[in-house]
Amino acid sequence: MSLALASGRPARRPSRRPRRPLARIGAVVLGVVLAIWTLMPVYNMLLIALDDDAREYTGNIWPPAPSFDSFRVIWTEDYWYLENFWHQFGNSFFIGVMTMVLTVVIGSLASFALGRMRLRNGWVLSNASLLTYVLPASFLAIPFVHVAHRYGLSDSLWAVIIAQVMFATPYAILIFQQYGRLIPLELDEAARVDGASPGQIYLRIYLPLMAPALVAVGVYALLLAWNEYLYQFLLLSSTKSMTVAVALDQFFDSDEAPWNYMMSVAIVYSIPPIVIYYALRRYMVAGLTMGGTKG
Amino acid sequence: MSSTQQALAAGRTIALRSRWQPVWPGGLQGSERAWAIAFLVPYVAVFLAFVAYPVAYSLWLGRQPRLYAELAEDPLYLNTLVTTLLFVGVAVNVKLFLALLLSGFFMGKSRWIKALLALYMLPWALPAIPAFLSVHWMLVGQWGFLNSLLHALFGIEGPIWFNSYWLALGSNIASYIWKWMPFWTLIFLAGRMAIPQDIYDAADVDGATGVRRFAHVTFPLLANLYLICTLLSTIWTLGDFTTVFFVSSGAPSFTTEVLATMGMHAAFDTADPPLGVATMMSALPLLIPLVIVLMRRVHTNAVQL
Repeated sequence: MSLALASGRPARRPSRRPRRPLARIGAVVLGVVLAIWTLMPVYNMLLIALDDDAREYTGNIWPPAPSFDSFRVIWTEDYWYLENFWHQFGNSFFIGVMTMVLTVVIGSLASFALGRMRLRNGWVLSNASLLTYVLPASFLAIPFVHVAHRYGLSDSLWAVIIAQVMFATPYAILIFQQYGRLIPLELDEAARVDGASPGQIYLRIYLPLMAPALVAVGVYALLLAWNEYLYQFLLLSSTKSMTVAVALDQFFDSDEAPWNYMMSVAIVYSIPPIVIYYALRRYMVAGLTMGGTKG
Repeated sequence: MSSTQQALAAGRTIALRSRWQPVWPGGLQGSERAWAIAFLVPYVAVFLAFVAYPVAYSLWLGRQPRLYAELAEDPLYLNTLVTTLLFVGVAVNVKLFLALLLSGFFMGKSRWIKALLALYMLPWALPAIPAFLSVHWMLVGQWGFLNSLLHALFGIEGPIWFNSYWLALGSNIASYIWKWMPFWTLIFLAGRMAIPQDIYDAADVDGATGVRRFAHVTFPLLANLYLICTLLSTIWTLGDFTTVFFVSSGAPSFTTEVLATMGMHAAFDTADPPLGVATMMSALPLLIPLVIVLMRRVHTNAVQL
């Protein structure tokens, strides 16, 4: 995956001694073990989702009579627990997209002022953002709920969006500052001489040249929001404002919910990030490993 | 930031005061200063309203000594503390060490290894909640998928995983490793790719291969990256809530809780937010030194790997 990054290096070791068969077998065994390890929970999801009678633990290791009925039930919201499924899916989607947009906008503006314009004493902000970056999200959850309530944001999707943005922005600033070093300063200088305002330099020069980093960070923020549970659980209480992640946990708590519906919901919920990740893998990897590959 | 996300500042140059010189020649002129401040307003506003205020508020909530006396008297708290240390210590170190080794495996050039790498990244792309719910169902009760599989393949009756402290803790650790190892493998893979081939060629000439090449060439070159990753991952794992909450849910009888889940229970299930905050804050003596060392490390090694 990071091959794009490695290309441009000289071809590797043309005359390496041939690999011993034992090492080859070892590699294959390791590969098989890794594949099984990786796929077990995923297979288990499918197993439960496809089993029409999943109320009982049957001890099956493959579905005896595979049925896609549970996916039909979800599609049509044909079960009282799933009445608002697509609405909740929309909520998750809204949170993800808004987190993505706000993180990229706020992060790129701040990184432009800090990294390119170098406002005096801006280093204080850089370090403050680094501190937020290393702060575990759960440590702030309790006071955040109180604060959101005080701002009148209880049971509001915006409270969740802000929480995500505040944890994603420091990372965005780091990546943008790093990536921004690759853009020659002479461009800014030429534009300044021509009388461009910083706003124009930001819009016409900085943003277009930063496109790959913007994509990487945007996807990162979207995946972060999609992965998150704690803040959504604490901040969203009504059925209408609930997200899929919270609804899934409700299933978990109830004794009578059919597990196959729950696992089908889990699978449907997992599809968007997987599609996005594999479609944009190249950008993601380039963005995430920028620090590592620079050396 | 269980997040995933977790992405990392490792080896990245961080702007620090010492080299905070103007980038734009001549510094900022005229209205440019106003522009720069305007650009920072959204970030500063979010930071003050939603980071600084909650941090200050939580320090205020957790200020009373009686909270910590209350915690110290709770036998579950001591147990939680030990479990947290075990969870963080084992999960982080096993995960990173395996990731470091596996990154070597994924340096392989064959087509199937590249395909396997794409598959191997799946846990990272998969959202945490569905994945951990699945792991929970895989292990729960007598006939979860894992026990069924053990029975079908080897005829063994598997244990009831969440009835034993060690098995439940082990399940939490394994799930955490499952979810996050791919990401760190990717980081180390990038680190390895940055090592120039000439160094390996030179080592080859000197006859260093296999384990010795790893011990004397690869590892020393990646040591700083490895250290920064360990610090960062320790901090994040200390705050991890999702894994324990979904996989073992504290079973058997709240013994496998970690500080993050215990704090949430105290704050929201027993409606005692100050106690919840105090539970979390009792991790600060560990957290603060880690953060300081991390910031200094990133600082002094600003250049690269």
